[in-house]
Amino acid sequence: MSITIKDVEHVAALARLELSEEEKEQFTDQLNAILKYAEKLGELDTNNVEPTSHVQPITNVMREDVPRPSVGVEKAMRNAPDEEDGQFRVPAVLE
Amino acid sequence: MSQSTKYETVVGLEVHVELHTKSKIFCGCKASFGAAPNTHTCPICLGHPGVLPVLNRQAVEYAMKAAMALNCEIATESKFDRKNYFYPDSPKAYQISQYDKPIGENGWIDIEVDGKTKRIGITRLHLEEDAGKLTHVDGGYASLVDLNRVGTPLVEIVSEPDIRTPEEAKAYLEKLKAIMLYCEVSDVKMEEGSLRCDANISIRPWGQEKLGTRTELKNMNSFRGVQRGLEYEEWRQAEVLDGGGIVVQETRRWDEAKGKTISMRSKEEAHDYRYFPDPDLVQIYIDDEWKTRVLASIPELPDARQVRYASELGLPSYDAAVITSSKKLADFFEESLNYTKDAKAVSNWIMGDLLGYLNANSLELDDVKITGQGLGEMIGLLEKGTISSKIAKTVFKTMLETGKLPQQIVEEQGLVQISDEGAILAIVEKVVAANPQSVEDFRAGKDKAIGFLVGQVMKESRGKANPALANKLLQECLSR
Amino acid sequence: MASTFDLRLQDLHSKLNGKEVSVAELVEASYKRIADTDFEIKAFLTLNEEQARKDAAELDNQLASGAECGLLFGLPAGIKDNIVTENLLTTCASQFLSNYNPIYNATVSRKLKAAQSVTIGKLNMDEFAMGGSNENSSFYPTRNPWHTDYVPGGSSGGSAAAVAAGQVYFSLGSDTGGSIRQPASYCGVVGLKPTYGLVSRFGLVAFASSLDQIGPITKNVEDSAYVLQAIAGYDELDSTSAKVEIPDYSSSLTGDVKGLRIGVPKEYLGQGIDPKVKESVLAALKVYESLGATWEEVSLPHTEYAIATYYLLASSEASSNLARFDGVRYGVRADNPDSLIDLYRKSRSQGFGPEVKRRIMLGTYALSSGYYDAYYLKAQKVRTLIKQDFDEVFKQFDVIIGPTAPTTAFKIGEQVGDPLTMYLNDICTIPVNLAGVPAISIPCGLADNMPVGLQIIGKAFDEATVLRVAHAFEQNTEHHKLRPQL
Repeated sequence: MSITIKDVEHVAALARLELSEEEKEQFTDQLNAILKYAEKLGELDTNNVEPTSHVQPITNVMREDVPRPSVGVEKAMRNAPDEEDGQFRVPAVLE
Repeated sequence: MSQSTKYETVVGLEVHVELHTKSKIFCGCKASFGAAPNTHTCPICLGHPGVLPVLNRQAVEYAMKAAMALNCEIATESKFDRKNYFYPDSPKAYQISQYDKPIGENGWIDIEVDGKTKRIGITRLHLEEDAGKLTHVDGGYASLVDLNRVGTPLVEIVSEPDIRTPEEAKAYLEKLKAIMLYCEVSDVKMEEGSLRCDANISIRPWGQEKLGTRTELKNMNSFRGVQRGLEYEEWRQAEVLDGGGIVVQETRRWDEAKGKTISMRSKEEAHDYRYFPDPDLVQIYIDDEWKTRVLASIPELPDARQVRYASELGLPSYDAAVITSSKKLADFFEESLNYTKDAKAVSNWIMGDLLGYLNANSLELDDVKITGQGLGEMIGLLEKGTISSKIAKTVFKTMLETGKLPQQIVEEQGLVQISDEGAILAIVEKVVAANPQSVEDFRAGKDKAIGFLVGQVMKESRGKANPALANKLLQECLSR
Repeated sequence: MASTFDLRLQDLHSKLNGKEVSVAELVEASYKRIADTDFEIKAFLTLNEEQARKDAAELDNQLASGAECGLLFGLPAGIKDNIVTENLLTTCASQFLSNYNPIYNATVSRKLKAAQSVTIGKLNMDEFAMGGSNENSSFYPTRNPWHTDYVPGGSSGGSAAAVAAGQVYFSLGSDTGGSIRQPASYCGVVGLKPTYGLVSRFGLVAFASSLDQIGPITKNVEDSAYVLQAIAGYDELDSTSAKVEIPDYSSSLTGDVKGLRIGVPKEYLGQGIDPKVKESVLAALKVYESLGATWEEVSLPHTEYAIATYYLLASSEASSNLARFDGVRYGVRADNPDSLIDLYRKSRSQGFGPEVKRRIMLGTYALSSGYYDAYYLKAQKVRTLIKQDFDEVFKQFDVIIGPTAPTTAFKIGEQVGDPLTMYLNDICTIPVNLAGVPAISIPCGLADNMPVGLQIIGKAFDEATVLRVAHAFEQNTEHHKLRPQL
């Protein structure tokens, strides 16, 4: 499995990254090198191995349904790059 | 746009129901409708760097309850996954949802259409977080983002493609709504967005096994809208096929005002949500003890109640279906029965006067003040002859408006039926004396004249005279 | 005054209580040292001078009133810039967050506040903790106090350099694949990565959620125990936080390692290891022998798969964790986007450096449709095998000891442009994160005048043993007393 510039463009689109032509080429080479290295894992038979998503076997961590104070609009909007009437403003969401 | 003779319609519905927990699913902000923008937010639901989700136990239990009420198998091991996509209403750029281990799977509900019962399969029910709200401003050049709704717990209920007509789709939604209300997990208000529905619809020639190409319908904001949208779409797809065209797999928006569906040409590349287990949340293990406890909290559901009302209380199945379609109405009905044994009478008052009044005024049961106790006691007074059915109408109307109990209304307004023979006889004699012409007509064989005279007696008594007694005494008086 | 920071914590604590030194003096000493050295070291990204002085005055008042003070009371501390501090810029060394002024505190930030240490400022790092040299800071690279042509390691390079340079008494770092231990090793200080789940991650800007842990960087093991004591413990805001009993770590520092069984993985001393590093590690093992411990060569057979496993898992999680940096609610938004998508693409492309983009690309690819099973799921399964390697060894051994890194610090610019080689530096630290167990790096000598780190790995939640073993070595050697000439 070798990735192409087209794959890199697709992945960049998914990740919402805009890459220069140079970056695209560089990432194609580097990702190929890393993924080729990762093919190593294929050497291992893992058919009967359970995946580990958590190292500690913890289950059922839940909180009770008790409301806590919110932070308030002032704080919520403190870092907003663009704001209007206590809401975040973005270019139109086109449908 | 009636059922096509040429094509069979196949519909599957994806319904989102907001669970009415007090706080959000992954943080402590209040989960409520209608607050000023971004006032119910915190670093967690704003998706600030470094924050972590902690699961609300009540949300899990509501989801289990809903899944059980939809006859789903409940997972023993369940987990949350991240659904990755960029959109301004999704602050983390991923939604915490469930991918391959939903809370419930393989359920069903029964619906009734045209007097026939049909079973609709439920593929799955999973728990996830709601997104925020966008408002378009500056003539569509900009959008404003309110994140109050982010993190409201939702269940997504996916049906099997078992629905064959728009009417069935509507019946399915109504049943689903009733069940959610019975379980008390959601207020299910489509207009407030606490129930949202997307539909997949395709058509195929009758007899063909292979499914046709489907379209996904969005933006249907009422049950009626769902039905109309599907009606339009089955017609449109038939037109396309009849015209020799092919149906394009796409998402279409129902435009209520225009009464048609419009293609939402996708401006983005195909979605690839890159689901993976959320490393910030741990597995949910649902043991039998927990399942049993939640199961015990589910009240008798509409189908069971309907059967019981028909078999034990002798209600016509139509009446039983109407009354059980809403938990509040059914509870009202049952409360009445604590005060009278005449279920049929209660049902008649509900089906006639109560629903008639609510429908005529576009009201909900909550909007009027009458109680089940009031209706039951009123029927009791009727049975005892304390009030006439005419007085009962007045009492009923007063109960709707004031919520007072009938005994109090009767006393305050002096509405007790006069059943004292002496008192009525005095009125009868007075009426007979005052209407010689009618008396003469009666004696000349015109039987109808008695009706007029009874009416005069009722009028004189301001409706309080016992009509049967008045009639009897009049007859006696006139034949003397 | 820099020498004040060389005092043992207990001694400094006594001096504070005895009014021989004030908190204000400690804080001034810290800023003085920063002024004198940081133009060269560049360990700090943001200084908290005004607030720190206010805090110092308040703490001195408290001291004057005779109130009880905890062990960390008044100590100048530095915090890695991926740990959220309310009202104090938290940039993760990224242009994207260069203006981010947090509206909340990380749990560890609250705990340090409760322990009454004084936050001196925020420490430089590789952008979003991705890197092992601090060259990926989007502001400026930190330099190694032992030799400023060399990297301090990373990603907690600023945290290690600031302690090594005597700018703060202790610091906090974070460790996803070695980011506390490797810079501690390169800078000749003590860095502890706790068991996954021991220290709350709430407020640690996530890189790879299933691997990240916060831990202390200090000049000696005893201090490490005290700082760990202050930050460890269950947190209801972190679902992956463990409900375990927290022992008194300092009381475990007995100096006694008699009968201790040490496993030394052959994979950590094999190919690619600098002979001088190996020599230092073997010399350290001799010290343990002399103290009554025994060691044996053991095998962690899946070590060679750890790096590939790590890069797939960490990058996948990172690609999702870093998606929230979209320019809508905070951070630097690109100018004049012509559409929403353009806003996302430009803000993220301008805000992230090359290593961050590379990992987002790798992770997005690994999770994308059709590749999940081959990459992410496969890596999770291999992770199970790697964890089992540790479980096996820990059936017979109390600790695992080896080098922290295969080499000492390398020169700035030496490995830039070759991500794979750079990744291979983490061969001894990455498996520890995958297994979720605790490990400490302590100084064990110099090679060509640059510090070498000894790594001691313990069983899950057995930090007490890790600290005891590290402390015993320290008590019998002088390596930790060496200081860079600045």
